[in-house]
Amino acid sequence: MTAAPYYEVFKALSAEAMLVVTAFVALALDLVSLRRAEMKTRSRTLGTVAIVGLLASVIPLWLQVRQDSVVLLGGTLVVNELSAIFNLFIVVLTLLTVVISMGFDVGRHVGEYYATLLFGAIGMMLLVSTEELITIFVALELTSVCLYILTAFHKGELRSQEAAVKYFMFGAISSAFLLFGLSYVYGLTGATNLREIAKVIQANGASPLMAVGLLFIIVGFGFKVAVVPFHLWAPDAYEGAPTPVTAFIATGSKVASFFVFAKILIIGFGGMAGSAFWGGFNSGWTMLLAVTAVASMVLGNCMAIVQRNVKRLLAYSSIAHAGYIFVGLLAATQSGTTSVLFYVIVYALTNMGAFGVVAALSTRAGGDDMENFNGMARKAPFLSLLMLVFILSLAGIPPLGGFFGKFYLFAAAVERDTQNFGLLWLVVIGIFMSAVSLYYYLILLKHIYVLPPKEDVAVATPTYLNVALAATALAVILLGVFPESLLELLKPLVVHL
Amino acid sequence: MRTDWSIYISFLGAGLIMLLPRNSKTLIRWIALLTGVVGLLIALNGYFAYNATFSGLIRSQGNGFITLTNVPWIPALGIHYHLALDGINYPLVVLNGFVCVTGILFSWNIEERVKEFFAFFLTLIAAVYGMFMAMDLFLLFVSYELAIIPKYFIIAIWGSTRKEYGAMKLVLYSFIGSALVFIGVLALFFAAGGHTFGILELAKHPPSPELQRWMFPLLFVGFAVLAGIWPLHTWAPTGHVAAPTAASMLLAGVVMKLGSYACFRAAMLLMPQGLEYWKWWIAWIAVIGIVYGAAVAFVQKDFKFIIGYSSVSHMGFVLLGLATLNVRGMSGAVLQMFSHGIVASLLFAVVGRMVYDRTHTRQLDELGGLRQVIPFAFWAFLIAGAASMGLPGFSGFVAEIQVLIGAFSMSPWLAAGAGVSIPITAAYILNALHKVFFAEEEHARAALDKRGHDHGHGGAGESRWNLPPITWPEVTAGTILMSLLVIVGIYPSIMLNMITANVELFLRGLP
Repeated sequence: MTAAPYYEVFKALSAEAMLVVTAFVALALDLVSLRRAEMKTRSRTLGTVAIVGLLASVIPLWLQVRQDSVVLLGGTLVVNELSAIFNLFIVVLTLLTVVISMGFDVGRHVGEYYATLLFGAIGMMLLVSTEELITIFVALELTSVCLYILTAFHKGELRSQEAAVKYFMFGAISSAFLLFGLSYVYGLTGATNLREIAKVIQANGASPLMAVGLLFIIVGFGFKVAVVPFHLWAPDAYEGAPTPVTAFIATGSKVASFFVFAKILIIGFGGMAGSAFWGGFNSGWTMLLAVTAVASMVLGNCMAIVQRNVKRLLAYSSIAHAGYIFVGLLAATQSGTTSVLFYVIVYALTNMGAFGVVAALSTRAGGDDMENFNGMARKAPFLSLLMLVFILSLAGIPPLGGFFGKFYLFAAAVERDTQNFGLLWLVVIGIFMSAVSLYYYLILLKHIYVLPPKEDVAVATPTYLNVALAATALAVILLGVFPESLLELLKPLVVHL
Repeated sequence: MRTDWSIYISFLGAGLIMLLPRNSKTLIRWIALLTGVVGLLIALNGYFAYNATFSGLIRSQGNGFITLTNVPWIPALGIHYHLALDGINYPLVVLNGFVCVTGILFSWNIEERVKEFFAFFLTLIAAVYGMFMAMDLFLLFVSYELAIIPKYFIIAIWGSTRKEYGAMKLVLYSFIGSALVFIGVLALFFAAGGHTFGILELAKHPPSPELQRWMFPLLFVGFAVLAGIWPLHTWAPTGHVAAPTAASMLLAGVVMKLGSYACFRAAMLLMPQGLEYWKWWIAWIAVIGIVYGAAVAFVQKDFKFIIGYSSVSHMGFVLLGLATLNVRGMSGAVLQMFSHGIVASLLFAVVGRMVYDRTHTRQLDELGGLRQVIPFAFWAFLIAGAASMGLPGFSGFVAEIQVLIGAFSMSPWLAAGAGVSIPITAAYILNALHKVFFAEEEHARAALDKRGHDHGHGGAGESRWNLPPITWPEVTAGTILMSLLVIVGIYPSIMLNMITANVELFLRGLP
């Protein structure tokens, strides 16, 4: 066995290394010199440190986009253009989370907060750039543990504690399922690398035990991306967590989880896809995904209708969106996967913006129930306008990114079988459920735009936050008006996936 | 200037208004009006240029289209930013311009959140212009959905009677319609090979007749929801009643036409065999809508509901005319879209702005004797009512008589069924005219006594109303709309020639 190419590994991980250093700098700085400083100064200073570190990590990632793809340590690390792009995207999401957090009260342990946030981001980045089961599991756990801790950061609030415990319990069970499934797969194939697993499956065919392993993997990831029936933690965790953390859970962790989930299914288990065509059902993971997708789209949207809390509403809406994404995923074609990646990017940006606005306004409006947002269009016209953009994008109204994302997702699903329109039944359910979703999105916008405020006082928000959220909204609009550039970027790359 | 500038000017106007300070209301109104007028003038300029050249155009290129712009938008899916006009959509573009200008004039008295009102209004106008000009199925669908959201806010914020309910109902109906359309568009796109969304290219590769049979209703019904097709019309009366005047004008005047126009342009043009299969269904449903709308209008007590249901009835004529598939009927249908757009705008302006904003009631029993108080409203209602009844000399006559002739040649029973509505229409218009503008004494006094006589002014012989006089924006806008009704009524060829020429082209293209 040759010596591991340490230099190459370090080069491939230099962005992550920078973030580790940044996290420790933040911790040390907080411990050494900021203990006695005012809360606001601490938060601003440490936030700035984190931002500097994140911006610095952009440089190596940018270089990775340009260079050829590298496979290291037998698939433990796979650095190619696609993974670099998604790592960059996770850095951007983390950056936005930090900006949102800077104006938010996260309790006494500011240094720990930012450090944990960065560690979580590192876990997500590793998740994106690996094709090996054990590393996938370790990276997933790194992310999850950081997110459990972050959820509990509102120490004084019972809601936050309950959410964290619930999130942790469900997360731990899902990890157990995942690990159990992975062990079956390893036991049957003797490989942990996804491409080798695929070769073995192709050579030996799918055994029933392998199907059990795959089922457990899907259950495990079903928890992580919160699809019905594994969604129960999501509404409580979203509501209880400090809002910037909610934003991070809803975006960063979803992006990484969907990316690696697509990788596992398409690279590793492409040979066990089965068929979800209407009238031609055949067992396999597409059928499982079809069932969960339908359940998520229907239940997520219907449950969202009765919510009175904005964060809970967005939680149920994100369950529904996970259902839409599954429809694209189970098309299992090049354009299907492209559409999933496109949708995940748009969805993450939109949700980040929406939670950002909620974080900015809820502390100043006294809560995150719908009533607290009454008449917000008068009190904070600019952020309300941004919220309008984000919510309408989630509802899939043109010319916003969410519309084109949904259009392309469903188009890809129809394209899978244009002879008999085999997947049209899923698309029909998805489209009608998104008509239902417009109802509750409009109810939220009604509170913001139509209903009168309780007291007509202007809500002031920091300029840096307004700029960051406006940039996010601009990106959502541009992705809707000119989706071509991102599509052209992603489409040739998904072949390597 | 190319006609598509009407779209951009309206968007620019909306954007400019968003940047202005909240309190400069007068400036905002004038900018909105200026935007509307410029948009209208651009459209009119293009219209008359087209009117002079269309016959040559048809002879030289075989179709009546004048392409405004055609650039690739999302090449990966074959989506083009393609705007083109012919004799079918040019009248509708002009209609949108007129309704926009007069709508702004009739909203001159809005005092609350003026800035947001006109921003939403102009966005809606821009989306409607875009949809009328779009010659790419994706672009058509995008403009259609873009038009949905401003309607919600305009009605929910500035509306009256059960406004949030009416707004939500309207939006959900539109969105469910658009869900049907979405499925139809995707199916159509992939059935044609998945290369292009261009309407003219798709028309060359129609899907197989079996596919058309189930795809046609998706597109047709999806769009017809917006046109108020019976029994999916129920959003229309509640939406129209809840909406503020300008929005009622836009809804009944233009947005319902979006539906019927798209039925023609997307469903009928792209799936001729599906149309052939379903045309009797459409025709009979249209007849039911015509009679049902008129009959329900007749029994309404609320002035605005009368007009709301009459819109359903009149839009039935459009659908009936389209289903006849002959030159007379279809030309009549297109002309009816224009004519009813103007009639409905004028009627809603009379009801909402001239009467309701002054008297704060729309109950027929409580109104009465308004002829002496606001004579302008009386004349406007008289002319619009006459056009609505289909009296010769007004645009409504030219349109509806052609639809009836067309329907007669399809089946005399259809014409007979639709003809039933004509006396009913006359009855409810005259009834409303009588109760609102005459009929001072008997029932109004009785209703007043019940409410405790607070409204009374002076003794017998003097009117009990003490209303502010009609303002200049109302006179201007009312005059514009009335003159249009008369001009198209006595000189229909100004519009009918180009419509007929293009309808003939469409019919010749049918298999």
